[in-house]
Amino acid sequence: MWLQAPSVVPLALWMTVPLALTIYFSFRHYSLLTPEARGFARLQNYRFLWEDPAFLPAIRNTLVLIGSVLVITVGLGTLLAALYERRFFGRNAATLLVIAPFFVMPTVSALVWKNMILHPVYGLLALALGKLGLAPIDWFGAYPMLALIIIISWEWLPFAFLILFTSLQSLDAEQREAAQIDGANSIQFFLHITIPHLRRAMSVVVMIETIFLLSLFAEIYTTTSGGPGTATTNLAYLVYSLGLQQFDVGIASAGGILAVVLANFAAFFLVRLLAGGLKGGH
Amino acid sequence: MGRPSLRTWVLGLLGWLAAILLFFPIFWMTITAFKTEQGAYQPDLFFIPTLQSFREVFARSRYGGFALNSICISCGSTVLCFLLAIPAAYRMAFFPTRHTQSTLLWMLSTKMMPAVGVLLPVYLLFRSAGLLDSIRGLILIDTLINLPVCVWMTYTYFCEIPAAILEAARVDGAGFWSEIWHVLAPMALPGMSSTALLLIVLSWNEAFWSLNLTSAQAAPLTVFIASYSSPEGLFWAKLSAASLLAVAPILVMGWLTQKQLVSGLTLGAIK
Repeated sequence: MWLQAPSVVPLALWMTVPLALTIYFSFRHYSLLTPEARGFARLQNYRFLWEDPAFLPAIRNTLVLIGSVLVITVGLGTLLAALYERRFFGRNAATLLVIAPFFVMPTVSALVWKNMILHPVYGLLALALGKLGLAPIDWFGAYPMLALIIIISWEWLPFAFLILFTSLQSLDAEQREAAQIDGANSIQFFLHITIPHLRRAMSVVVMIETIFLLSLFAEIYTTTSGGPGTATTNLAYLVYSLGLQQFDVGIASAGGILAVVLANFAAFFLVRLLAGGLKGGH
Repeated sequence: MGRPSLRTWVLGLLGWLAAILLFFPIFWMTITAFKTEQGAYQPDLFFIPTLQSFREVFARSRYGGFALNSICISCGSTVLCFLLAIPAAYRMAFFPTRHTQSTLLWMLSTKMMPAVGVLLPVYLLFRSAGLLDSIRGLILIDTLINLPVCVWMTYTYFCEIPAAILEAARVDGAGFWSEIWHVLAPMALPGMSSTALLLIVLSWNEAFWSLNLTSAQAAPLTVFIASYSSPEGLFWAKLSAASLLAVAPILVMGWLTQKQLVSGLTLGAIK
């Protein structure tokens, strides 16, 4: 047992202590600005959070962001994986290019996209639209959420692609031949063989991305700071802003608990999936 | 077979088109890094390359210091991860009990906690412990985040080693660390080195905790680049040069881990 302790003990502490503190803080009056006003707050922090004008937009933004990025990355990822499953010239080299965005640190992705590609005056898209005689688009002014969704989808599409592509390679050769003998065309094959085969990989992508995207912060912090107004404030940014900018630990903790609850919905299913995958060690 | 049909050509063309589109922002950043600040606003593909922006990045900021912080944090946490994970993986792979599977599963489930749920307590604990803006603090966080991945991957590599080899070593009188060092490490080396690369990549790019827990002293490159958000972000050549230096080595490492990437990132759900 002692051999497992160096891994188990730190993880056990990491799993319990901070979370217990978040729960505790969420029921306390705890503002770093007014240290004298401490005490049990009952559900007041949760009520203040609910009444915060940024709260409902933040929930909506969180769901819109996660939902759109999931649809885009899983959708395009599936198409791309099906395309890359066919052999073509230089496929391995092209795969490297496709997965590259995943390794770019979030702050770099956000700034390069914001300043060099989506910039309304000098950005490449503005220049391209100008060449076509169209008016440039002020992405971060007029459609800040859409701009963020584009950037984050670009970061996560390689992840979805790689998982789905790997999963496709385990598609049985026999199944493939059987479908060919039955005279299935490409589209039938894609709909009736590829998609059902990918169901498990798709759920893995959805759950892992959901957990990560619930804490999505760096891209918002570097591009919009949650604005304009609350247009791009998500739950993670709201918790940061309540806790580390307005120094109200109690209310921010209530927001943190909400994020944990949301994550648990997704995690519940992921753990069940993993339990299936772990079978067959020594 | 072997006759490249029109279909193959079209599919290949589509595949490459997608690859080029996805890679384009990185390509654009790379060439902009070699332009002058004035030239950066011209969408030219052909220009006289210059290292001026790189020189300015180094002259105007402690770039080396931030890079060193990134290196210390990612390598430090990776080493610590392995030190903690190897004994557990050894025990689980060679002496499994009926609790092994559930322990492993529990470890993996710790990855399901959204960082934002524990931001406040971690910040306050770090403040009381004097760990805010310290390299030690970030090493600790990254180790905790990556430990489950490290245990799991090391476990799978150990599982591939026949137990008979270990017994032979034990008959020859090898102790625990000597078994690890002389028998297991050489056999699991290829897998473990890509695990190490993956862990370095993950902690190098970690931004949530770095942005919230560091400011000047211990800030890694993710935080330094964030300081280019407006108005400095409009100095495209310098932004690109700083970004390229931060991204290029990690991109190469990421490419090298490609095989282990999927099972590492999905914690074995997809192999």
